[in-house]
Amino acid sequence: MAFSLSEHVKSNVLAVQEYSILSLRAVRSLFSQPRYLGDMMQQMDVIGVGSLPIVLLTGFFTGAVLALQTANSLARFGALSFTGQIVSMSMVRELGPVLTSLMVAGRNSSGMASELGSMQVTEQIDAMRALGTDPIRKLVTPRLTATIFMLFFLTILSDLVGLAGGSAIAVFLLRLDLNQYWTSAWQTLRYSDVFMGLLKPVLFGFIIATVGCYYGLSARGGTQGVGRATTQAVVAASVLILAVDFFATRLLMVLLGPL
Amino acid sequence: MSEARHFVSEGHSAQGLVFNNRAVVFENVCLSFDEQVVLDGLSFELEHGATKVLLGVAGSGKSSILKLTLGLIRPDSGRIYVHGIEVTAMKERELFDLRRHLGMVFQESALFDSLTVGDNVAYPLREESLSDEEIERRVTEALRFVELEHTTQLFPAELSGGMRRRVAIARAIISNPEVLLYDSPSAGLDPVTSTTIIELLVKQRDVYQSSALLVTHRLQDAFLMATHRYSQEQKHMLPVPPDSDWDSKTSFLVLKDGKKYFEGDAAKLARSENQYIREYLTV
Repeated sequence: MAFSLSEHVKSNVLAVQEYSILSLRAVRSLFSQPRYLGDMMQQMDVIGVGSLPIVLLTGFFTGAVLALQTANSLARFGALSFTGQIVSMSMVRELGPVLTSLMVAGRNSSGMASELGSMQVTEQIDAMRALGTDPIRKLVTPRLTATIFMLFFLTILSDLVGLAGGSAIAVFLLRLDLNQYWTSAWQTLRYSDVFMGLLKPVLFGFIIATVGCYYGLSARGGTQGVGRATTQAVVAASVLILAVDFFATRLLMVLLGPL
Repeated sequence: MSEARHFVSEGHSAQGLVFNNRAVVFENVCLSFDEQVVLDGLSFELEHGATKVLLGVAGSGKSSILKLTLGLIRPDSGRIYVHGIEVTAMKERELFDLRRHLGMVFQESALFDSLTVGDNVAYPLREESLSDEEIERRVTEALRFVELEHTTQLFPAELSGGMRRRVAIARAIISNPEVLLYDSPSAGLDPVTSTTIIELLVKQRDVYQSSALLVTHRLQDAFLMATHRYSQEQKHMLPVPPDSDWDSKTSFLVLKDGKKYFEGDAAKLARSENQYIREYLTV
């Protein structure tokens, strides 16, 4: 029992070490030649443009349901006019970055893990190394930069569409004034809110790409192993996003000051 | 062909002189996975222009020898030299340069399934940033060598097993490596296709004088390599007459329990009275 526990701990520590080395090498590859710009552009298309429909839909309905729920609570205090402010703050600071990242993680962490996992179990990664190419430089770094870059802009779009979803509810169901909604939503935002909302996608993009690639490159045991790696990648990326979100929010609140 | 030697002379000339005539050297190499010992103090040498056929039962470490040569895995102890350069002392980053001068054919071909045949074969050249015209010319040449120049636009999934192996050979030889590593290139193929693959290996050996380590389970293929030569006039391989003084430079290395059990040429292997060797040859 003690032996298996120590083995379990050792294997987890080893996994963290390997993940850290992979992440470090992926970042370091950014600063030296060769750079695979073509692969990076291709990944931007797959990750950014490919995720656009689900991110927009998620953002719109999140904003809409947020407006519905907050209006329901605010009506009890006769503060229905604050709907725009609350939707705006919630979307920009929290829900926009987190839900966009979870959507992109579900779609792309799994995609990266299955693609790289298939390459691993069919010896294509070894073949790449045998042909003199660094797989981290060729496969991981382009995915990392593409995810961070595109997630940043996807989050901005998600925030905007979420506010639009909220305004649709405010105008058509709550009979609020459109100008009042957008003015209060806009005026309540401070630079610190926007900074917090746009720093998070950078952190989450890093998690999505590195976790997806790590599980893909660690895949063993044929197609079953690839399936396992895919599931683990989505679960680990999602949990990490939520955990890092908490700590990042707390840290930024301390650094940027309270609300 | 001269690129590898150039690589040696660029940065590792002193060691290169010491190992002047040896393409690959294993010195007392030990390797184990978890508790299982795979190689236990293995030493052998491969001379320039020679072919060494690695034989042994499944799990005897034959494929590991090829991966060790490329530096894809690291030994627990011992030293490995390629072109006089100590692979075991190199960092992963340094190994990428060395690997560009070696060619490897993987057991399951390991072609990039998202790239066409043409792009697969061109891959090593694209890494060297050659011009498109030069790449196209050399891809056509390499695919013609394996008689598959009509498959450039196809994807690996559209090819048969034998064709995939031939494309893998084309990809391995396109950068003119001095050392080729073949991991069971004829495994799982029908006898006719298997002979076609071996003929390509013989052609590569005799036309380009490249050194090679060949892992195989098929003894008939191994003996075929040792007893045939490629005729450029007749465009196919021919058996070498028994009284000929022509040297195929093909030797055999039999592994058992992670150690070298036998090393010698085809005649010595065929004449061996050792019971294990007799069993291995007859089963």
